[in-house]
Amino acid sequence: MHMIQNSAARRDLALGVIVVALLGAVTAAFPQFARPVNLAEILDDSAILILLALGQMIVILTRGIDLSIAANLALSGMLVALFNKNYPEAGVLPVLLIAIASGAFLGAINGLLVWRFKLPPIVVTLGTMSVYRGLIYLLSGGTWVNDNQMSPSFLDFVRHQVLGLTTLSWLAIAGIALAALLMRYTVTGRDLYAAGGNPAAASYTGIDPGRMQCLAYTVCGAIAGLCGYLWVARFAVAYTDIALGFELQVIAACLIGGVAIAGGVGTVAGVVLGCLFIGIIRNALPLIGVSPFWQMGINGLVIVIAAVLSARRREDKRAILETSPA
Amino acid sequence: MRRRAMLAGAVSLAAVTIAGCGERPQTPAGGGADGRIRIGIVAKSLGNGFFEAVHKGANEAAAALNAEIIFTGPTTPTAEGQIETLNALIAQRVDAIAISANDPDAVVPTLQRAMQRGIKVISYDSAVAKEGRAVHLAPSSDVLIGQTVAQLAAELAPEGKGKVAVVSATPTSTNQNSWLAQMQQALPRYPGLQFAGVVYGDDVSDKSYRETVALVKQHPDLAVIVSLSSVGIVAAAKAIEDQGLTAKVKVTGLGLPSELIGYVRKGVVPKFAIWNPIDLGYAATQVAARLARGEKSENGQEISLERVGTVSFDDDGVGAMAKPFIYDQSNVEQFAAIF
Repeated sequence: MHMIQNSAARRDLALGVIVVALLGAVTAAFPQFARPVNLAEILDDSAILILLALGQMIVILTRGIDLSIAANLALSGMLVALFNKNYPEAGVLPVLLIAIASGAFLGAINGLLVWRFKLPPIVVTLGTMSVYRGLIYLLSGGTWVNDNQMSPSFLDFVRHQVLGLTTLSWLAIAGIALAALLMRYTVTGRDLYAAGGNPAAASYTGIDPGRMQCLAYTVCGAIAGLCGYLWVARFAVAYTDIALGFELQVIAACLIGGVAIAGGVGTVAGVVLGCLFIGIIRNALPLIGVSPFWQMGINGLVIVIAAVLSARRREDKRAILETSPA
Repeated sequence: MRRRAMLAGAVSLAAVTIAGCGERPQTPAGGGADGRIRIGIVAKSLGNGFFEAVHKGANEAAAALNAEIIFTGPTTPTAEGQIETLNALIAQRVDAIAISANDPDAVVPTLQRAMQRGIKVISYDSAVAKEGRAVHLAPSSDVLIGQTVAQLAAELAPEGKGKVAVVSATPTSTNQNSWLAQMQQALPRYPGLQFAGVVYGDDVSDKSYRETVALVKQHPDLAVIVSLSSVGIVAAAKAIEDQGLTAKVKVTGLGLPSELIGYVRKGVVPKFAIWNPIDLGYAATQVAARLARGEKSENGQEISLERVGTVSFDDDGVGAMAKPFIYDQSNVEQFAAIF
């Protein structure tokens, strides 16, 4: 047990050191980078990625994967954009509720298909990814919802600053805290690890791995729905292709953060560091003026290295069930 | 033997039918007894604001040309739908067809059939392959687009002086790169402008936004940001607004009035360019009417488009209508309702 926790902690620590070193290196080249205002902007820019990656982590922990996460975000985002366009006076609260409910519903569809029909997660979510995208087109008729069609309260909610950080950043921080507590100290949180670490053994202890997967997809979907609103409000535009391909960045953040694609292994701290790593890279490279092709190459290289490191630790994974919830 | 005879009979019958159809448009000046010509304008799909505007321009030109416009199109933007629409126009024996194609190749056989029957066929907006039309009227050209955005940048930079940077789509986008090359060629005409570089937003909001933020950090003295992608210009405008730089950095480029109206009002995008669909409908009708009246379209020869200017078609039969139209506070409202 201690070996496992030490190993995960060691890994997170190593990634933390890398992130700080990266920050230091960029600051050396571009001193403006480490200014608090700029760091706050990077957090703001990474907030949606962090929230989505936490959702994706829960799914991957249970041996699933959610390729439809960005399509869910886009569909829920379009839904609330259209709602706000037609009912601008309704305020932000109904928007938040609709976004989360719509996202959870779409996530639950994934979950039920994986759980009840025992379909492979990659197949289910590859399918729903296209279905959800198609629905956006049907819903919007292919038109855009633009900034002038969104109410000021809808747009300003994500930009509102408290203690120098935006609501968006605070939501990410709250999400991190909540996820860390739930995953570590609740029975459900530990069950999610167990269901993915060794489904057969988990079944013997009374955990239904399928049910855990369904739960994970629903939670992940709810987060994606919330992020749909956040995305649309932040960029002040909704159209069929928003966040197209973003699911790959979310999965990449999880992998860099040490979440094992085979399930059962991953920490909230690791995922957050993975997101910050990507956040720093993608904010720093354009500043330094690196060619876009190099940017793609560097991002890819980081993922491969993270995968290699995860593979080396695969031996550790088996032991996870021996750890009992606190 | 008997079968072969029947076949021969059928073929000759068909030949007569075709010849019969072919005869009609050979009557001088085309059109009905009153000399009125009928032009079918085919949209990519009906209920699309852009093509409603094309229709408006076509009607305007038709009134002066003694022509009748039959505006039609499929309900969904498909090649199959357009083929049905075209068959109906052929059956109505129109004198000319102007089409914005949903597929450059799929409509070719149908349009060839129309041409065999003496109907003059042109494409506008979205081209048909060379075999399927006499000429193609492009809304603009790479050179004209490049010149227009360079001019916009010069007009928006304070006293025509300052740094200009571009938020492009993907580094491999053919359209973007050729527009950009033409813009850079046109920039030396404005000696006050200094080209600061290109960043790539990949036609996605988050990357375009992030790259724009990086751009203003890298060049604190930036005066103008040009974006030639509809996703890019909206994201760049939002980023500039969020950075509180509306007064300092102006955003311009190519975009749609309905998508940019908010930023025009706020002064983030004081003006921008895109083709004017009313002018496009007007010009397409002019070209179609002239061809239907029997005017020749010699390559390289200028054809008058009346109020829109002139157009000349190259060896491939492709001609560019005009510079993109400039939209600003004064007219964006009117066009935002259209497209």
